[in-house]
Amino acid sequence: MPRFKLIPEKPNVNFIGRRVIFFIFSALLIASSIGMFSAKGLNYGIDFTGGIMIEIKTTEPNQISLLRERLSGLELGSIELQEFGAPDDILIRIQRQDGSEEAQQQAVTSAKEAMGNIVAEYRRTELVGPKVSDELFMNGIYAVVSAMLAILVYIWFRFEWQFGLGAVIALLHDVISTIGIFALLGLEFNLATVAAVLTIAGYSINDTVVVFDRVRENMRKYKVKPMDELLNDSANETLSRTVVTSLTTLIALLALYMLGGSVIRDFSFAMIWGVLIGTYSSVCLAVPSLMYLGVIRRSADDDNEVEQTSA
Amino acid sequence: MIRVSKWKVYSILAVCLLGIMFAMPNIMSQSTSDSLPEWLPSKQISLGLDLRGGSHLLLEVKVDVVIAERLEALVDSIRTELRKEGIAYSNLGSSGHIARVTIKNPNDIEKAYSLINPIDSGFITATSDNGLVTVTMSEQALSQRRISAVEQSIEIVRRRIDETGVREPTIVRQGEERILVQLPGIDDPERVKRLLGKTAKLTFHLVAPNSSDAILSGRVPPGTRLLPSVTNVPGQQNKYLIKKRVMVSGDTLIDATPGFDSRNNEPVVNFRFDSAGAKRFGDVTVKNVGNPFAIVLDGKVISAPVIREPILGGAGQISGNFSTEEAKDLSLLLRAGALPAPLTVLEERSVGPGLGADSIASGKVASIVGLMFVIVFMALYYGRFGLMADAALIMNIILIIGALSALQATLTLPGIAGIVLTIGMAVDANVLIFERIREEIKNGRTVISAIESGYARAITTIIDANVTTLIAALLLYQFGSGPVRGFAVTLAVGIATSMFTAIWLTRLIVIAWLRRTRPQTLEI
Repeated sequence: MPRFKLIPEKPNVNFIGRRVIFFIFSALLIASSIGMFSAKGLNYGIDFTGGIMIEIKTTEPNQISLLRERLSGLELGSIELQEFGAPDDILIRIQRQDGSEEAQQQAVTSAKEAMGNIVAEYRRTELVGPKVSDELFMNGIYAVVSAMLAILVYIWFRFEWQFGLGAVIALLHDVISTIGIFALLGLEFNLATVAAVLTIAGYSINDTVVVFDRVRENMRKYKVKPMDELLNDSANETLSRTVVTSLTTLIALLALYMLGGSVIRDFSFAMIWGVLIGTYSSVCLAVPSLMYLGVIRRSADDDNEVEQTSA
Repeated sequence: MIRVSKWKVYSILAVCLLGIMFAMPNIMSQSTSDSLPEWLPSKQISLGLDLRGGSHLLLEVKVDVVIAERLEALVDSIRTELRKEGIAYSNLGSSGHIARVTIKNPNDIEKAYSLINPIDSGFITATSDNGLVTVTMSEQALSQRRISAVEQSIEIVRRRIDETGVREPTIVRQGEERILVQLPGIDDPERVKRLLGKTAKLTFHLVAPNSSDAILSGRVPPGTRLLPSVTNVPGQQNKYLIKKRVMVSGDTLIDATPGFDSRNNEPVVNFRFDSAGAKRFGDVTVKNVGNPFAIVLDGKVISAPVIREPILGGAGQISGNFSTEEAKDLSLLLRAGALPAPLTVLEERSVGPGLGADSIASGKVASIVGLMFVIVFMALYYGRFGLMADAALIMNIILIIGALSALQATLTLPGIAGIVLTIGMAVDANVLIFERIREEIKNGRTVISAIESGYARAITTIIDANVTTLIAALLLYQFGSGPVRGFAVTLAVGIATSMFTAIWLTRLIVIAWLRRTRPQTLEI
């Protein structure tokens, strides 16, 4: 059987010793993400802004300028046209119309009339009115915030609060930097992106929990080992697993990114980014942060009980 | 030797077998699955509209219109009652949920109260010393109105959509005043939206005499109303002065069909009244031969033909420069009945069959390629144990498909992404176990004890790690909508099945292998 090793038998990477570098890097990443977000803002999809999105197949390729000409006469405000995966596949975004819900409806009808015979097939028509977009936006925020809180509570419940705090620091880092990369690249931020962010949160915590679990186990096993050494050993002992799981997940997501079609490309991208940043933050951020959060070691009395329950 | 109780082995195998049985119909043709015996599961995964193509419409019932109408009727009744009794009043009108009137003579207040109070039991009447009488709709009456308006609307929407011949539509109430309509296979719902956009309230009114003066001057005599014509043809009359009183209303119609006028072959709508409606229609036409009779739909006059002779049979004809299509739509609307209140489209998402099919195809390719690469990687990295994890992974996919089919959960495009993500993450549990076994062997344990403690020690970590992802999935389901919910469902199902296959199934495989070969050393 052919075999290979990605990670040496006994890895010994000095994560804790380089913690200052990691902290500075992450601080810069977060600062620039927030900067990006406030300077450039997010390219919100119609889920959150309201408006109209129509994807069409045209009868002949390269019809963008003709379409633009026909649509611009309608006075529907800002209209974006974009080739979507193929020269005869065009994505049209029409801004949310002023006025009532009926105004949105009217805009779709007149846009469809204006495009007329250029359209071979309506692939997608999405219309989100002002009421629904406001609700979707609020729901997105509720979902992310409550997921963070629920995860914090779960970790707190399973570990001590210091671990919970460390995990949430890493989590916030991942979420903020994901928003930053979306702002930087101008990728569309929509409902699916929120789903991706939450999945990233779950994944990142997953990684963090595995390492923390080992930290806890080692804290019971080695009562006198210095904390930095103990944390470093824990990260190294689980490094092989961390790398392998990240790799298999990345393999699957890359397949989705490249072969899954244009509709979910941004969604796959967000998750690929999330796996990378989530892996980094678990090992290089969450673990070293325990140095400063005042983790309390158990006394030797718990030994027997510990031996039975440790994992 | 590690012992596993018999019942445990059987139940693990039973779960796998059930998964295969439920997943099977998805790879069969329709005819094969139809020919299966009754007791075998035959349901395929139900695809979301984004994959099968179709239209999703979120409608809102404008309930305030119903309440405003009722208030207006109340104001009319108050006017009639007060006039009948000769009570002087001023400032009669309504705003919001309240109608008001000021009684000029304080001595009349008692009497006015006793007249107004019994008009509508859903209202609370109050008087004050300065002669102001207010009539407020009670909270209970308000909410009852709302509920019944939405329920009635759902019924009418269902009837209209059924008439268009859409197969398997979903029409459900959402929240307080909303209706969710899902129409599989409809990629351009313009006709449906047009049909749902009309309340289709049909009424017959007498046309007021000498109406041309009022139309020109714009001064409308009491008891009449100036209404526009549906068709705005230059040179033709485009406004009508009609008497407010409804002579016959469309809710007494029992049938309406499109047809052609026998004289000029123009498209028309033929209708028939029920016995009460027929009697009233007969009475009106007997008394008004030679006068024009206006047919009003949603506040617009379709036409106002002159009554040539009494119509006693309860059947009639509406003409009004219709196209064939318009005549068909109007008769459909009349058959289905009027909506109690107008509907607005809040959200529309339509996917054409082409994009849906493309999404399924690319989703399949991405899943298979992703699966292949993960399988190869695991085999290369963990050798024999990797192959065992691979077997568990394939079983995991089968279980996901089986569970989705059995639960009849909706698979969406993000849902497919959830499956692909699960393919990548599912091996994590096995990776945790294998890495643990590796460590235990390095620590000098025997093969069997290393395997045993590898499984035992990895389990709590696996559970902790998966619960957090499960939390994220549950919240996504709670706050997400449509396709995103589909993602949450596959993610949650995938987590559950992957824990089962990674922990129990691989363990069974590992034990079977140990029993057969009894290895003294372990390479992992």
